[in-house]
Formats: sequence, structure tokens, C-alpha cells
Amino acid sequence: MTQQQKKKFNADTRMVPVPSQAIVPERDINEQPVLVASHLGIEFGGLKAVDDFNMIIGKTEIAGLIGPNGAGKTTVFNLLTKVYQPTSGSVLVNGKDTAGMNTVQANKLGLARTFQNIRLFSNMTVEENVRIGLHNQVSYGLMTGIFRLPGYWKGEKKQHEMALDLLSLFDMQKMADVKAGSLPYGAQRRLEIVRALATHPSLLLLDEPAAGMNPHETEELMENIIKIRDQFQIAVLLIEHDMNLVMGICEGICVLNYGRVIAKGTAEEIQRNPVVIEAYLGKQSAEEEAQG
Amino acid sequence: MRKNKRNFLNNAVTYGMVIVAFLLCELAISGLIGGFKMSRSLKGQLVPICVYVVMAVSLNLTVGFSGELSLGHAGFMSVGAFSGVLISQWLGSAFPDIPSLARVIAALVSGGIFAGIAGILIGIPVLRLRGDYLAIVTLAFGEIIRNLINCMYFSLDGKSLHFGFNNPNLAGKLVINGPMGATGVNRLASFEVGFVLVLFTLFVVMNLVNSRSGRAIMAARDNRIAAEAMGINVTKYKMIAFVTSAVLAGMAGALYGLNFANTAAAKFKFDTSILVLVFVVLGGIGSIRGSIIAAALLTILPEVLREFGDYRMLVYAIVLIAVMIATNSPLLGNLFNRIRPHRMKPGKEAGKA
Ligand SMILES: Nc1ncnc2c1ncn2[C@@H]1O[C@H](COP(=O)(O)OP(=O)(O)O)[C@@H](O)[C@H]1O
Ligand SMILES: [Mg+2]
Repeated sequence: MTQQQKKKFNADTRMVPVPSQAIVPERDINEQPVLVASHLGIEFGGLKAVDDFNMIIGKTEIAGLIGPNGAGKTTVFNLLTKVYQPTSGSVLVNGKDTAGMNTVQANKLGLARTFQNIRLFSNMTVEENVRIGLHNQVSYGLMTGIFRLPGYWKGEKKQHEMALDLLSLFDMQKMADVKAGSLPYGAQRRLEIVRALATHPSLLLLDEPAAGMNPHETEELMENIIKIRDQFQIAVLLIEHDMNLVMGICEGICVLNYGRVIAKGTAEEIQRNPVVIEAYLGKQSAEEEAQG
Repeated sequence: MRKNKRNFLNNAVTYGMVIVAFLLCELAISGLIGGFKMSRSLKGQLVPICVYVVMAVSLNLTVGFSGELSLGHAGFMSVGAFSGVLISQWLGSAFPDIPSLARVIAALVSGGIFAGIAGILIGIPVLRLRGDYLAIVTLAFGEIIRNLINCMYFSLDGKSLHFGFNNPNLAGKLVINGPMGATGVNRLASFEVGFVLVLFTLFVVMNLVNSRSGRAIMAARDNRIAAEAMGINVTKYKMIAFVTSAVLAGMAGALYGLNFANTAAAKFKFDTSILVLVFVVLGGIGSIRGSIIAAALLTILPEVLREFGDYRMLVYAIVLIAVMIATNSPLLGNLFNRIRPHRMKPGKEAGKA
């Protein structure tokens, strides 16, 4: 990384104030950020859904993206993963500019995601869903598959083993042959995480992973997110409404409102921030008015 | 892994069904089944049955597994038929000693290749678009091919092949004669070759579906956005399904062309594309076995209904409607679902991308 680039990641855009480089060297965001989004923005018919979004995520950081409904959080994920092409700004993944890339290329660069409205391949089994995630990790050619050449048997065996291995993260090996669509809600969300992990990402984007989970499941999910980070040495960016989860595991939090970042910092800083409190309380009192 | 075993069993049943049907037909032809003698007209339907089974199974790859509507499958059949006939006739004319099996194989291979090229040319611009553009473009393709072949004249003069566009005055003997289509073709197709082609088609389609590429094809169908987010190049896999389907249709077309002395381009009209689509829908979208059964039954049905005389097509229509009602009724639907491959149960969802 050049001196000049280093200068760009000033205190304003970094997510986490790194306590000491000596303690967590691998999380030194100035040396190896996995994601650098700068001045990212998109308009939908004049409406700025996301405007001037800046964020840096370190190599093994767990970061949170919060904000009221409609704030633009999911849109940020769609911009990062190139479901939408940004109308302004840039995204660097592992130092590589993603300008002009599509979703597939963004995934190959190291971005994997889950979806707020679950998007599993619901007619396929749990294992097949994970195998789709492994598509580019264990590969063999079309003809190898059709003519059942040795590469087919080797590849299938490897995919099977790796899929079960990944499923064991959430203790889901026993459900391998169940149709994904028939899983309970919480298990579907976990399967989406496993499927995303299978693509071997360096940054895992989780869109409301605890939505629809009971408190016990959420508790487990928190532990598992940390476990995933430690085991795979990857960064996690999560959108979540469950404040216990966000405040519990996120090292850096970014608050969006009306498409703009209104606050950034650690959990304590965010909780004390008057602008954030207003954004949330303001919404709450508006809701109370609507009810009364 | 249990899933693998189920697939294996499922495939074995499908192959078994086809092989048993073939053996029964062979026995009937040689009069070994007591009291039953296959009529001449029924015998004449054996190759077309194989052709339509291949057409239906290959179209199912596009419609059922890839979730793209194609309305021009007969266009690929047409490309395969005329290129296959041309190669076979040319080989016969240039090398009189060549065994006819070699000519048949050459016809099937070239029919597949030319139809595959047509598939690539259509797929490249269209399959990158989202939406039902493929239906419109394949529909147009079928009509364009038919009109093109109506203007094409090929003649054979020993080893040399002459071509004229809108110009029938060529040296030698005309093989492709504009609106008359292929003429004076050596009828080299046989039920045995048709049977092998059906087995080959099943082998390709079922192995493709149960492989890494097949899973990618189905993932792209079930949820395009999620598939792309998992790093799957959706356009590429839609292309693979579409071109494979075109190649197989081209091979079916080549066999069809070799089965008749004369074949006009009008044979591969829009009606034929729709007929094959009806086989796929009636047999169950995404069900290979269903496609085979529907194609075979509905191809011989008009022959069986001959005794109804003038009312033949009326009865045919009534049978179609009855089957449609039957396959859509919940009671029978459950029964059919039990016969169908497990994964394909919600067949209706398959169409949605
Ligand atoms: N494809 C789109 N076309 C038009 N407007 C959109 C589109 N996607 C998102 N938006 C708008 O952008 C805003 C942010 O949406 P979203 O990112 O889903 O919010 P959330 O923070 O709840 O995830 C909303 O007002 C939404 O209506
Ligand atoms: Mg959202």
C-alpha cells in the first residue's frame, strides 16, 4: 500500500479505533483493509437511497450497520455486491477496485452475502445449497460431469465432504438431505450463512441474520458469528435490528438514516450519541403518535 | 449422499423403462408376442416416437431445468434435419462404398453441431437479458429458418456439392429442393438407431442435471440473484442448458430427416414446437420420465385413433384436455408427484426465474 493511499484512510472513514497495533496486528485496518468504500452513492429516480457512504473494514473485524427501516442498509449491501451499480463512489475489496464488476466477480473477489428476504434454492436440498456455494471452490468441467470422468467422482466427493464440514458449524449435517424450503425459519437463515461461507469469502455480509430467530437462537448466532470470524479469519459486516446482538459483538458500528451516515464508532459511543438517540427516539415517538 | 442413491435409482428406472419398451417393440415387430402383430402404420411411428422423445427431453432441459421458455425447438430440429440429410447424401454420393451406419452417425453429429451453432448464435445476445425474451426470439428463429430453407437449393454431382439461393438450376441431382425440402433421401434411419439416440439423450441430460453444472443451471432458475451472489455465472449456465438442448434437438432432426424420402421445411413449423412443448408440460415440467411417456403416447395416439375416422383429431383433443385436467387435479397430482423425481414436486415454480 502506498503512502498516498494510506493517507486516504483517515480517522473519519475508519470504522474501528484500533486500540493498539501490537495487540491485534491482523486487524490493523490501515495495513490490510478488506473493504474500502468511499463516497458511495446511488439514486433511484431522483431519490438518493444512499449518499456519500464511507467505510473501511479491517481484515478480521466484525462491523455493524444499523438504522431505521428504509434507511438504505440493504441498498449498501446491494451496492457492495454489485446488484446495483453505484452512481458515484468506489469500492475496494482486498485492495482491488470493483468498478465495472458484476455480482459474480465481486463474489470471486471475496464478498459473500445473505439476504434479508431469504433467498435459498428452496427446491434443492440443504447439501445442494451449500454445494452451490462451493461451485467455484471445487470445480470440474461440463464434459467431466456429463461423461462421468474421474474428475467428476473426485469433485463430487470433495464437495460432499466440504459441504458436511461447513454444515457442522451450525450442527446441521443431519439435515443435509432435507429440502431447504421445508426448514424452519431460523435454520434457513443459518443455511444462508453456511452457503455464503462456502464461497470462501474474506468479507461476509449478513442482512438481518437474527430476524425471525428466538432469543436463544440469537444468542447462539452471536457466538457462531464470532466463531466463524476466528476460525475462517474473515471480516463480518452485519445489518441487524437486535441491539443486544449488535452492541454485543460489533467492534465498530455505522448508523444510517435517510441514506446518510449519521454516526460511527464503538458500541458505547453509538449508545451515547445524541444524533443516534434522536433518529431512533424520533421514530419511536412518531410511531406513538400514529397509534394514539 | 442418500440423495445420490435416490438419483441413481431414479435414473435406473428411467433407463429401464426405455429399454423394456424397446425390447417389447422389437418382440412385437418379429411377431414373438402371441396374438399381437404390430400394424404397418404403428411400425412407421417407431422412429418418430424416438425423435419426439429426444425432442421433449431436450426441450425439458431448457424449459424445466433452466426455466427459460423456448418456442422454436422445431427450428433446431429443422437445422439438424437438413444438415444431416445433406451430409448423409453427400457421403453416399462421394463414397458409394461407405457403410450406411457411418452415414447415419455423420448425419447425427453434423445435425447436432449445426443446431448447436444456431443455439449459440441465438443464446449469446438473448440469454444475458432478464425476462422472457428467449420465447420471442426462438419463435422468430423457427419461422426464419423455415423461410430460409424454402429458398435454399443444394445439389449433388459426384463429390461436389452445389448451392443456390432461390436458384434451382444447379448441376447434378437436387437434394434440398427449396419449398419441397429434402428429396430422394436414402432412408437410413432405423428404430435401433433411434433407441440409441434416446439412450444417449437420457445419458447426457440426466448426467448433466446431476452434476456441478446441472446444479448451477437449477440454481440460476430458482433464484438468479442468489446464484450470482454465490459466484455462478448465470448467463453461462443458461447458455449451456440451451445449447445442449439445441444440439440434441438437431440430432433428433437429423434422424427424422433420414426417416423419410422427402421432408419439407413446413414440417418444422411453429405447430411442431408447440407440440413438443405440450409433451413437456403434460409430462410434467422438469420430469424427464414424464416427457418420455407423454411424447411416446401422444405420438402414437393419432395412429391408434385412426378407427375414429373423421373424428380422430376431436378425440385427440379430448384426450389432451382430459390428461391436462387429470394432471392438474390435486388427487391425481399427488399420485403423479409420487412417480416423479422428488426434487421436481413444485413443478409450477420451475418456470419462474
Ligand atoms: N430498486 C429500487 N428502486 C427504487 N427504490 C429503491 C430500490 N431499492 C431500494 N430503494 C429505496 O431505497 C430506500 C432504502 O431501502 P433499503 O436499503 O431496503 O432500506 P433498509 O435500510 O431497510 O434495508 C428505500 O426508500 C427504498 O424504497
Ligand atoms: Mg433492509
